Amino acid sequence: MRVLNLIKIAFNAIVLNKVRTLLTMLGIIIGVASVIAMLAIGEGSKESIRSTISSMGSNMITVRPGADTRGGVRQDASAMQSLTLEDYKAVKNQSTLLSYSTPLVNGGGQVISGSNNWPSTIYGVNPEYLNIKVVGLSSGSMFTEAEVQSAAKVVLLGQTVVENIFPNGEDPVGQLIRFNSIPFKVIGVLEEKGENTFGQDQDDMVIAPFTTVQKRILAIDYINQIMASATSEEVAPDAVLEVTEILREQHNLLDYEDDDFHVRSMEELISTFSSTSEMLTILLVAVAGISLLIGGIGIMNIMYVSVKERTKEIGLRMAVGGKGADILLQFLIEAIMISITGGLLGVLLGLGSTVFIENYLHWPTSVAMYSIIVSFAVCAITGIFFGWYPARKAAALDPITALRYE
Amino acid sequence: MKREIINIEKLTREFTMGTQTVHALRGISFVINEGEFVTIMGSSGSGKSTLLNILGCLDKPTSGSYSIDGVRVKDLSRNQLATIRNEKIGFIFQSYNLLARTSAIENVELPLLYNSKVTSEERKERAIKALRMVGLGERLNHTPSQLSGGQQQRVAIARSLVNDPVMVLADEATGNLDTRTSYEIMSLFQELNERGITIAFVTHEPDIANFSNRTIVLQDGNIKKDHINTDIQSAVKELNLLPVEDQ
Ligand SMILES: Nc1ncnc2c1ncn2[C@@H]1O[C@H](COP(=O)(O)OP(=O)(O)OP(=O)(O)O)[C@@H](O)[C@H]1O
Ligand SMILES: [Mg+2]
Repeated sequence: MRVLNLIKIAFNAIVLNKVRTLLTMLGIIIGVASVIAMLAIGEGSKESIRSTISSMGSNMITVRPGADTRGGVRQDASAMQSLTLEDYKAVKNQSTLLSYSTPLVNGGGQVISGSNNWPSTIYGVNPEYLNIKVVGLSSGSMFTEAEVQSAAKVVLLGQTVVENIFPNGEDPVGQLIRFNSIPFKVIGVLEEKGENTFGQDQDDMVIAPFTTVQKRILAIDYINQIMASATSEEVAPDAVLEVTEILREQHNLLDYEDDDFHVRSMEELISTFSSTSEMLTILLVAVAGISLLIGGIGIMNIMYVSVKERTKEIGLRMAVGGKGADILLQFLIEAIMISITGGLLGVLLGLGSTVFIENYLHWPTSVAMYSIIVSFAVCAITGIFFGWYPARKAAALDPITALRYE
Repeated sequence: MKREIINIEKLTREFTMGTQTVHALRGISFVINEGEFVTIMGSSGSGKSTLLNILGCLDKPTSGSYSIDGVRVKDLSRNQLATIRNEKIGFIFQSYNLLARTSAIENVELPLLYNSKVTSEERKERAIKALRMVGLGERLNHTPSQLSGGQQQRVAIARSLVNDPVMVLADEATGNLDTRTSYEIMSLFQELNERGITIAFVTHEPDIANFSNRTIVLQDGNIKKDHINTDIQSAVKELNLLPVEDQ
């Protein structure tokens, strides 16, 4: 009953000072809205990285030559040639946790058909590549193990390549093309995969038997990568360890020597990228949090002004029977109402701008429920925290001193 | 014996300002019984407002004792004083002290907002009744800026009456008003007094004192005179005797 009256009093005070209240709220509104929008952007990009990476095959494992470069240590060129076909065979034969595996060599060049040409990358792999990458064919068929053995001059094209060298829509399967002046027969077209989160066109590629690429295009005898897929996502970390063991033995590394290759699962890749985006999120939220703090200080400021300005009113309220606690509560409720209303508007604005960002800027967003709850709670606490001191001051006034205040 | 509403004894009030001490009240004693209409007079600075503020529990005496309706004020906490102000006292200020941009009815409701025993319907009812009593039944939703000085003072009077106080304290309630309006207000006070409400009324004007049944005159913080008025004038009659202004 009494609290209800005080809410009514506080509400009237707010309504009487509409514009000022709104301006005070602005800080809170912007603070909350930016916290929600920033978190939505952060969450959204994290989710989209995760989904892109797992669409690339979530139990995929890659082996690259050279030590782990995540620390940014430079390596000399010979280190990049340390992976051989023998290594691949050892991994394939000895591992127990892998379902598919392929060596991989790659190089850039021009794809040419008649008068059309297009710069692309050729990947030399074995037929298991499709299973590892989880891609299908939109037409034609994959090359066979026999074609790998004979280093046959056959290729499969990605959609982007098809569009650029067969602009008139003719069926590429069966056609002859050239990659860097070497003629190839097109035997299939890869399914479209689109862009990944990093903006890479996953359809801009040519696939051929690795033997063909090694001998006829790159003229190398080492391989660039080993790609494999673990039997399941759960065993992927174990598979990484297993492959590492096999390769250390294969390379005759002594216990104190570091790996001259690195094995990575998709899971690790996900966490690498997520941690980058997580840091960005923390940064964004920190900025947003600061604006929330400034909003809170704005409330405190306005409550101080309000108490000063209404000292006479406080005196009068005390003169007609208002107790210290009534006055304290009145101003506290006022501060909380301002901050909560501001918080509410902030949530709406935050959700609105998230929709805008998603639809017009085409950034992936994902609103986390916790971001709404947390920023709302922070708002209420801000109101109490920054409203408390001015309210205390008002409540401690002497009725006669307050009444005489000019 | 009559019920003692106010009983003060050797009341002093000093204000210290730096090294200087102002003796606003220098030891005042008197008793006001239920149903009395007392005017407090004296020259400017004689301590009238200081006295009234103490009687209204807005201020505390430096020394001496004060009992209101049998309760010793000295023993009360801040909250208990607030309750006394809320339930027993109606205070009227010279400067009205209404809440700006707030309707007459809400201004009058104010004391009841701090009384949890009063429901919101009852609050409204009592506020309307009090406003009708002071002749503002037609101005319930006017804000102070839409009312004349006399009307604003009536709102303030209605506010002081709305909690059914045992006494009403008025500090120069007619100080800012013309003679006609002052007489109107005084007739209102006489009417209230007839209903049994005790009134202490601070004023400068001797003709106003004629409407009360007792006058206490202060001088320099002391009581100079305290006398019963045997010839009480009726404010309504005086009002009718006033020359009718051009209408
Ligand atoms: N808060 C205060 N601080 C210091 N001195 C004060 C204070 N209040 C009153 N006084 C002093 O106390 C004395 C009495 O003041 P008071 O206001 O009671 O006079 P008054 O009789 O009401 O005068 P008036 O008729 O002009 O209203 C004055 O000398 C005044 O200066
Ligand atoms: Mg005075």
